[in-house]
Amino acid sequence: MTDNTSVKTLDKVVVRFSGDSGDGMQLAGNIFTNVSAGVGNQVSTFPDYPAEIRAPQGSLSGVSGFQVSVGREVYTPGDQCDVLVAMNAAALKQNHRFLRHGGVIILDIDSCKESDLKKALFTTDNPVEELGIRHAQVLEVPVTTMTKAALAESGLDLKSMMKCRNIFALGLVCWLFDRPLESALRMLRNKFGRKPAIYDANAKVLRAGYDYGHNIHAGVSTCRIENDKITPGVYTDINGNTATAWGLIMASEKSGRPLFLGSYPITPATDILHELAKRRDLGVKAVQMEDEIAGVCSAIGASFAGNLAVTSTSGPGLALKSEGIGLAVIAELPLVVIDVMRGGPSTGLPTKTEQTDLMQALYGRNGESPVAVVAPISPTDCFDMAFEASRIALEHMTPVILLSDAFIGNGSSAWRIPEANEYPEIHPPLLPAERADNNWHPYERNADTLVRYWAIPGTEGATHRLGGLEKDSKTGAISTDPVNHENMVRIRREKIARIANDIPAQEVHYDTPEADTLLLGWGGTYGHLRTAAAELNAEGTPIAFTQMRYINPMPANMGEILKRYKRVIVAELNTGMFADYLQMQFPDVHIERINKIQGQPFLVSEVKNSIKEIMK
Amino acid sequence: MENKDIRSKYSPADYKSDQSVRWCPGCGDHAVLNCLHKAMATLGVPPHRTAVISGIGCSSRLPYYCNTYGFHTIHGRAAAIATGFKVANPEMTVWQISGDGDGLAIGGNHFIHCLRRNVDINILLLNNKIYGLTKGQYSPTSPRGFVSKSSPYGTTEDPFVPAELAFGARATFFARSLDVELQVSQECMAAAARHKGASVVEVLQNCVIFNNGTHNWISDKENRADRTIHLVHGQKMLFGNNLEKGLVQDGFQLKAVTVGEEGYTLDDVLTHDAHSVSDMLHRQLALMDGHDLPVAIGVIRDVDAPVYNEEVEAQITDVSASKGYDSLRAMILAGETWTVE
Repeated sequence: MTDNTSVKTLDKVVVRFSGDSGDGMQLAGNIFTNVSAGVGNQVSTFPDYPAEIRAPQGSLSGVSGFQVSVGREVYTPGDQCDVLVAMNAAALKQNHRFLRHGGVIILDIDSCKESDLKKALFTTDNPVEELGIRHAQVLEVPVTTMTKAALAESGLDLKSMMKCRNIFALGLVCWLFDRPLESALRMLRNKFGRKPAIYDANAKVLRAGYDYGHNIHAGVSTCRIENDKITPGVYTDINGNTATAWGLIMASEKSGRPLFLGSYPITPATDILHELAKRRDLGVKAVQMEDEIAGVCSAIGASFAGNLAVTSTSGPGLALKSEGIGLAVIAELPLVVIDVMRGGPSTGLPTKTEQTDLMQALYGRNGESPVAVVAPISPTDCFDMAFEASRIALEHMTPVILLSDAFIGNGSSAWRIPEANEYPEIHPPLLPAERADNNWHPYERNADTLVRYWAIPGTEGATHRLGGLEKDSKTGAISTDPVNHENMVRIRREKIARIANDIPAQEVHYDTPEADTLLLGWGGTYGHLRTAAAELNAEGTPIAFTQMRYINPMPANMGEILKRYKRVIVAELNTGMFADYLQMQFPDVHIERINKIQGQPFLVSEVKNSIKEIMK
Repeated sequence: MENKDIRSKYSPADYKSDQSVRWCPGCGDHAVLNCLHKAMATLGVPPHRTAVISGIGCSSRLPYYCNTYGFHTIHGRAAAIATGFKVANPEMTVWQISGDGDGLAIGGNHFIHCLRRNVDINILLLNNKIYGLTKGQYSPTSPRGFVSKSSPYGTTEDPFVPAELAFGARATFFARSLDVELQVSQECMAAAARHKGASVVEVLQNCVIFNNGTHNWISDKENRADRTIHLVHGQKMLFGNNLEKGLVQDGFQLKAVTVGEEGYTLDDVLTHDAHSVSDMLHRQLALMDGHDLPVAIGVIRDVDAPVYNEEVEAQITDVSASKGYDSLRAMILAGETWTVE
């Protein structure tokens, strides 16, 4: 048994916490993530929770999961986990397929009694055998018994004791990965500080779990995770939705325009509303409106009034907001529309991830109604792209749709807190004071950018009327003139196209002379695609890689990039929307496609296999 | 009217835009527009401090005819857009113009929620009981059995009474006028603007093309004095050509009587209290339909309540002061962080 006690050095490890949706798996996972980040690891998380808030206890549909990858070069939460924590039989059944060959299962054997097995639809009394689990180290741990025993003298009732089971498992995992308990205790204190009895119980159980790991040391191979060299600075853990909210606030600070959010709750975007509602402490006006339409319309009103105006939603909400976005297009008002994409159509898969709103974002409005579209590529990039969406909206007087998704919106990473001077000032085209002479027309434009001026209501000498009816290109009066309409349609289109002059050039990774194939993705698939490309290159298959963040318009150098490759493989979580869009703009490019529409992120392995198949 | 002593330096002409007004000759909207310009001049809020926001429909063309900030938006959404506008820029005086279709059918949800929140905007609801811009379909205020292009055999549904809907949504201000009652309209609009919170002014207005004369039976000169009553806060509820009639309490109901007949004296006639917190009598007054009891015009209800946009501002002031963050970075640094050397 001595060989099992050796300490392995792994680049990264993946832990998956799973249990009943009431078992506190998200909390245990989050604390482990933060503790790992605190010792300098890169982290990437993937909460996988059921659509139902409380499915029947112990049932298969009630299983909630939280996967986290920690270590070096971490771009994704990992395809497969090294350690699976299963708090009951149903969790084991739902999650064992995520375990890598030879991984470790920590199973609460107390929650695998006859009734538990029945609820999880097992037919025998041995769940591990029944599931055909052979190449795993299974730690059958009496989590429930141990938790109760640890709290025997706490005076807590049984129900309160049971709520600490997740922390026992956390303690065990902390021991496995040599994590300092101090920082876990600090997080528990933050969470339960106001309830000393609950904090004491959790602290006791955390240590009990850790000690249990120590006591059964001989049975597992433990791993230590290398610290990564990262840029010095002050860090925090951030998920994509919070990053989005904060990026908007940064844009508000940099533009001097107050931030307004008009929103309506919808999974998986609601956390943006939650965060901005808290930020009244920074002067943010976040209002929960009566429906999705009112969300976008209140934002349009706030934009007309002079604010940096935002609405946040997911796919079904974007559909409801279409007419409003069209109004912002014709009125040429700045507006940021955040779509945290989920599985569709209709209500679809509300808690799962997909990239299926691309065409809706690009074209889902009546008439010729072009808008700018951008897509963040990781949880931390949500900050930068929310800032960029705001900058483009304000400086180009247009709606901008930000296509985030459930995967990066909920996923988290360590993030270096930037200094304000790391971001540029934003200069909205406010009407110069000397032009407020009662003789100004709202559709006068900058000849280079085609952007009109923004006169903030309250400004003397600049009263004007906007509206959804077509306007004369010079006077701004209502016009039904046929030639004027065509002119205005072309101006609105060209105005968006010229944003290409105001965004960074597209970058290509692994751009070696040997690479004749370009792997191209967009938005939230970056981590998996980049890892696939890195591994292929390391294994001797040269392939260049690029991830799109600016979707409409695309960076000005796209045509030049695409010309360099024999073929372009577009990988995306839909049936080929971006590939079609790209082909439409660049008809001569040879495009191959990798598509997945399962409500789940790519697996690195399946992307690599598909690429190898194509390159054969 | 209150605040009459404050001299406005503006005239109605200052609020008129240079656009030619395109409503049909004889349309009631012309009178409403003129009254609004006059009310704006009376209030003295400068044109550049005034915004007029509308939805879609004949009446929603109104912003183009005002030399203020104006926004002609999309069908039904004016209340939501005006809400965002007012919260974002509370210094502005905001008028929202809607018709009965725009405000009560496609925009019904925004209408009730705007009233519930008590956003400080002034809603002019121009009620002609018809869809004019789409050429003559029945609206949510058309009476049961109303024959129109979309109800060739008569409607089989009951209408909204806008006041009842407004009270159901806890409106703090409701007034009503007729397009031909210029003084009353102007008075209602000015009172609406002075009211803090959401105000509704319903103007019973004639569509000369598709529903001509729908209000004539109460608005014609020969009937108007008997079939309407002009309510003024603090004054007796009197009506008729020589103000010889009055409203009295009859059990839980209202009753129209002639003063000096059947033993009723002026003392029996009710005095209008628009500021009463209870809306029981306001509802009864607003539901009088011109048959047994006269249609009430003037300010029916005008009570104080917390104002949404002011509460948002107050909360921001309080919370910012207690947290004391001067920037996003300061807020983030106050949370859980770690340092990498």
